[in-house]
Amino acid sequence: MSETKEIVKLGMPKWGLSMTEGMVVQWLVEEGTELDNGDEVVEVESEKINNAVETPNAGVLRRQVAKEGDVLPVGGLLGVIADASVPDSEIDLFVQEFQANFVPEAAAEAGGPQPETVEVGGRTLQYLKLGEGEGPPVLLLHGFGGDINIWVFNQEVLAEAGRTVYALDLPGHGQSSKDVGEGNVDSFVAVVAGFMDEMGIEKAHFVGHSMGGAIAGSFALAHPDRVASLVLIDSAGLGEEINADYIEGFIAANRRREMKTTLSLLFANPDLVTRNLVNDELRFKRMDGVDEALRATADKVFPDGKQADVPDLSGLDVSILAIWGRDDKIVPVSHSENLPDEARVEVLENTGHMPQMEAAGRVNRLIGEFLDGLGS
Amino acid sequence: MARKITYMQAINEALDQEMERDETVVVFGEDNAGGAGSPGEDDAWGGVMGVTKGLYGKYPGRVLDTPISESAFIGAAAGAACSGLRPVAELMFVDFFGVCMDQIYNQAAKFRYMFGGKARTPMVIRTMYGAGIRAASQHSQCLYPIFTHIPGLKVVVPSNPYDAKGLLIASIRDDDPVIYFENKVLYSVEGEVPEAPYTIPLGEAEYVRDGEDVTIVAIGRMVSMAEQAAEALADEGIECEIVDPRTTSPLDEETIYESVENTGRLVVVDEANPRCSLAADIVARVAENCFEDLKAAPKMVTAPHTPPPFSPTLEDLYVPDPERVAAAVREVAGAGARA
Repeated sequence: MSETKEIVKLGMPKWGLSMTEGMVVQWLVEEGTELDNGDEVVEVESEKINNAVETPNAGVLRRQVAKEGDVLPVGGLLGVIADASVPDSEIDLFVQEFQANFVPEAAAEAGGPQPETVEVGGRTLQYLKLGEGEGPPVLLLHGFGGDINIWVFNQEVLAEAGRTVYALDLPGHGQSSKDVGEGNVDSFVAVVAGFMDEMGIEKAHFVGHSMGGAIAGSFALAHPDRVASLVLIDSAGLGEEINADYIEGFIAANRRREMKTTLSLLFANPDLVTRNLVNDELRFKRMDGVDEALRATADKVFPDGKQADVPDLSGLDVSILAIWGRDDKIVPVSHSENLPDEARVEVLENTGHMPQMEAAGRVNRLIGEFLDGLGS
Repeated sequence: MARKITYMQAINEALDQEMERDETVVVFGEDNAGGAGSPGEDDAWGGVMGVTKGLYGKYPGRVLDTPISESAFIGAAAGAACSGLRPVAELMFVDFFGVCMDQIYNQAAKFRYMFGGKARTPMVIRTMYGAGIRAASQHSQCLYPIFTHIPGLKVVVPSNPYDAKGLLIASIRDDDPVIYFENKVLYSVEGEVPEAPYTIPLGEAEYVRDGEDVTIVAIGRMVSMAEQAAEALADEGIECEIVDPRTTSPLDEETIYESVENTGRLVVVDEANPRCSLAADIVARVAENCFEDLKAAPKMVTAPHTPPPFSPTLEDLYVPDPERVAAAVREVAGAGARA
């Protein structure tokens, strides 16, 4: 199983630009457990969100250095992973040396990447660019009611592997202008094309979630030469069905309780809906123009509780990876059957409509392997 | 990350954006433009603390200086609100309400009720409250409990810049008279505030901090005292949940009850005098509605039943501080658990 004799650090992850520290909620495995690459080891809570930290390597969890309830800076030592054959004395030495030399990243670091804005067709669009890489960049498109923050567990990981990764706030969403224009899928496709023109992006790998998947698919049909590949996550645009209770509930929710009930539909594990997540969504919804933008979009993209655009992707000459949560309560997993035969489909168990958050590690690996396999 | 501005700038921005959006919004009060009507640009006062500074130049004719006669210009605000404008009048210090109270409680507050629900009175009175700047008894009181007592008024007491902006925009758009309390010590406090206009509904409390052991309900400037206390108490193993009501009328009782149901213990921190106060009201509401959940008698941390003293030493003792909050929490946390 574990071939490495190295001692590997399990560190406090950085989920999103504003995270400086995290709290250890609970260890998910005992000391001495044999771990496979990607196994979930410890649950961590940041100011915004809870998630599981996965082992970066196969090996044995030799030490739980941080205790439950401890607050550690980003990069701090959670635990130590090594082969069973590494003597305890070496593990102790590793921990000692790490703790003696570790310097947390300065809290108020000014130089890090920040979201930027660009004017496209009279609208201000917010985007976040991370990483630098050869070849076409990756473009992350959120769904209805989402924004760049839904990629908080993914964008940095994808960028660290040597890729340029953009996340975009669509019109009416996040910090972008609230004017959605027509508000249908085609109007979003036009905005994305305008964004790429403005940024000098000729061609991109598209990663679309939910409505963002529908936009990516339609974009590929309209501009086939500008799409290097398609990753569709719990994607809209592949069938008529859509959970109208969610769409209408999200538009109507103006109180914490309503918003919490609505957001719970997104996850297989409703405990992931924290007060902070609820507050972030309410803060977004209470901005001027958001209600109208969401209403206009829903009326065009999901009229009468059905998806308006279900284009035929079978003619596309582009590699497709589809990822779906088995327990998706918004867009049924059965829609993955409507993809072209060549598309690769990965269905994740115990995962709802937001696998990029709920099963972030698996999704990151699937996307990474898929992109690497394209050989561009 | 997001842009940071002060509590004062947040209030100014809310006024600016609402005046831009809606030309029926007018702003007036003592020296709100330039002082005695001078063409307030470089020399604009923008009110005694400069909160409305810069608006006169952008909206000439809609930012007015008034005579030093609160009874006249608060009455004018009530009348203007009844006849199509959305006035935002500045009552410099709430301590001055005595000379214009009739216009507020016996007129504006009652129009909706007395005219069969057909009259709207969309007026906002912005006013300063609280001790801490050595301004003595006549400029340092926390009189929001008096306004909270009166049906027909809405009462807003923001504790931070984000809330200050969203609550003021919501107050201006509201069709009832709103008394909006600004804390003078908080004016210089910075926080993240989105540039785009947004609202916060009147009557929704905020969880400032999550905790399992003791609920602290804190109002206005006292939220930061509670936060400092909670930080210190966490090191002792006491986890406080802090609820900021944000508006005292309407009061989001549901959120307070929800928190007390979880913790079973309550401390209310209020800079106002204790008798017939918000603190007394909240303790009474909780005792009446959550008695079965309470594991200990609730405690109030307030100013004493005296006017704010002028002596700086006494003034500092007068305002609840983190140590007093922490002491009350320890007492409540340690009090014998009822079965």
